[in-house]
Amino acid sequence: MTSSVWTSALRHRLAWPLITLALLLIVNMAFNSSFLHIEWRDGHFYGSLIDILNRAAPLVLVSLGMTMVIATRGIDISVGAVVAIAAAVAAWMIGGSIAGTETRFPLPLAILGAVGVAGLCGLWNGTLVARVGMQPIIATLILMVAGRGIAQLITDGQIITIYYKPYFFLGGGYLLGLPFSLFIVSAVFIGLYLAVTRTALGLFVQAVGINPTAARVAGVQSRRLVMAAYTFCGVCAGIAGLLISSNVKSADGNNAGQLLELDAILAVTLGGTALTGGRFSLVGSVIGALIIQTLTYAIYSLGVPPEINLVVKAAVVFAVMLLQSPEFRTEMGALVRRPPAQGARP
Amino acid sequence: MSTTLTQAPSTPPTAASAPKAAGFKMNAKYLPLAATISLFLAMATMGSVLYTGFFSAQVFLNLLIDNAFLIIVAVGMTFVILSGGIDLSVGSVVALTTMVLAELVENRGWSPVVVIPLVLLMGSAFGGFMGFLIERYRLQPFIVTLAGMFLARGLCYLISVDSISITSESYGNLAQWRLPLGEDASLSVGAVIALVVLLLAVFVAHNTPFGRAVYAVGGNEHSAVLMGLPVRRTVIGVYTVSGFCSALAGVVFTFYMLSGYGLHAMGMELDAIAAVVIGGTLLTGGVGYVAGTLFGVLMLGIIQTLIAFDGTLSSWWTRIVVGVLLFAFCLLQRLLTHRVPRPS
Repeated sequence: MTSSVWTSALRHRLAWPLITLALLLIVNMAFNSSFLHIEWRDGHFYGSLIDILNRAAPLVLVSLGMTMVIATRGIDISVGAVVAIAAAVAAWMIGGSIAGTETRFPLPLAILGAVGVAGLCGLWNGTLVARVGMQPIIATLILMVAGRGIAQLITDGQIITIYYKPYFFLGGGYLLGLPFSLFIVSAVFIGLYLAVTRTALGLFVQAVGINPTAARVAGVQSRRLVMAAYTFCGVCAGIAGLLISSNVKSADGNNAGQLLELDAILAVTLGGTALTGGRFSLVGSVIGALIIQTLTYAIYSLGVPPEINLVVKAAVVFAVMLLQSPEFRTEMGALVRRPPAQGARP
Repeated sequence: MSTTLTQAPSTPPTAASAPKAAGFKMNAKYLPLAATISLFLAMATMGSVLYTGFFSAQVFLNLLIDNAFLIIVAVGMTFVILSGGIDLSVGSVVALTTMVLAELVENRGWSPVVVIPLVLLMGSAFGGFMGFLIERYRLQPFIVTLAGMFLARGLCYLISVDSISITSESYGNLAQWRLPLGEDASLSVGAVIALVVLLLAVFVAHNTPFGRAVYAVGGNEHSAVLMGLPVRRTVIGVYTVSGFCSALAGVVFTFYMLSGYGLHAMGMELDAIAAVVIGGTLLTGGVGYVAGTLFGVLMLGIIQTLIAFDGTLSSWWTRIVVGVLLFAFCLLQRLLTHRVPRPS
């Protein structure tokens, strides 16, 4: 009775991502005895777990947006560039005055401006993919190449340092003891989850991803859905850009969001969504992003020399992929399990 | 990816797919390649008109010399994409090759005659390993090659974090060698290797069972299995070819840079994928020509050359202009070929 409960639990889509996350947390605990320790300090919760959640916030946001895009059989490799653009717009609108008390535009307007521009970038991508019919990787490659140039154009080639204190609350502030970025991410996640499960949106997105022609023939507005998915991805990248630039207190057109797209795609795939589109899992993507962040944290806190960083990351990705592959588990299972007793079959 | 391939008919095309102005009828399946070539020629003409000195043989040969390693990498990538996969590790394997080569030739004093075949073997083995994982355990190529990319870069940094210059004289002489073509023009050894690899690849893709199997697997893997084609060997084979090409490109890269460095060839995989797709190959697989990849690379090269000839653009405007030109090109390509039936 218990074995069938186990096997059906293991067959759940989120089983392996959760197991991987649990394993990584255990590894962290083994090497760092105070890993799970959370205490109240300076008016907020303080601990390694809080740190991981705070740093993972931008990646979780971008992964959520990327999940919707991948579910429609697309891909968006321009998110790093959009992060840089959003950060540049926000920094420009706030202005670099050293006084730290005044801004060129009011803060809400700056935030809206940055997120709006990011949404426009996403809309551009969506138009290229849905209306012009370009392959998603090429359509988003264009913005990836040009986007960093646009970000540097906005900042005039400099790295704009932000001194305006209320802006730092976005990425580094605490509300009710928990990081404010957590609230932003939760709001986006809950909003998206409700939209996808409580309305027909999730069904339509899956239909477009599984079979675009059939979806179109069945009456699903596939073009608008695809454009909306890319726009949403852009908006998520914009918010992530605000969080990142708020954390480092500057906007760097060149380096902000570097390699973020690869981490986001990795998070989505680790969470169980296939790159071929169709069925997607929002919770899986969140777990995938947390896996990547916990892994990065483990590598840094273990004191692994920075040269071995990438090799360890590669090894973990290989291991997770192999564990998630049914063929591998069957093969390993055959090695470990005893064959059924001879002569048992009639 | 189990889309069915609706290939353009190989019999004489219908009137709708033939170019209207010309009197001759072109086989519809060559339309994307023709679009790429004609757009490349249009860009070359525009450059010759706008800038003096653009229309010289050496400028065009420089396109080949400066992008020789990208041509080799993109040829390997073409095979992978034709089979329906993708290989993100190529740039990192190039860097790893330069690192291993520089370390062995410079610091250990090994002879290049021994080291070069060794690194080629290493690249092929790396690619073959990734192909094995992809095929045996049904893993997604994107993720496996992404992990391969991290692994190769990581191994680079394990060898050395700094760059290693190659100061050996024989190596320098080999790098400086030029094949004279006429009075002012010449090709470097890297460009010659690139052209040889390209011709070999065109031959393999169209005239060997392996090439045919690659197209079949890319079109519909399930059908290929049912037809009795050696799908497993083909999949492992394309990634081995890609690894070999990346290693060869790494060797050519050392001729170009005379150093090994972990930060070499950053982002080269994206350039290769862009070149392949611009050359008319579909990312879903089964459709495309290796020759198109050459023009894809030349396209990227001529954009850079145009910007260099202009000389007035700052670094970020350069990026924007590259993006705009890419966009214009892809848009035109899409408009010119949207009549060709494509797999949905």
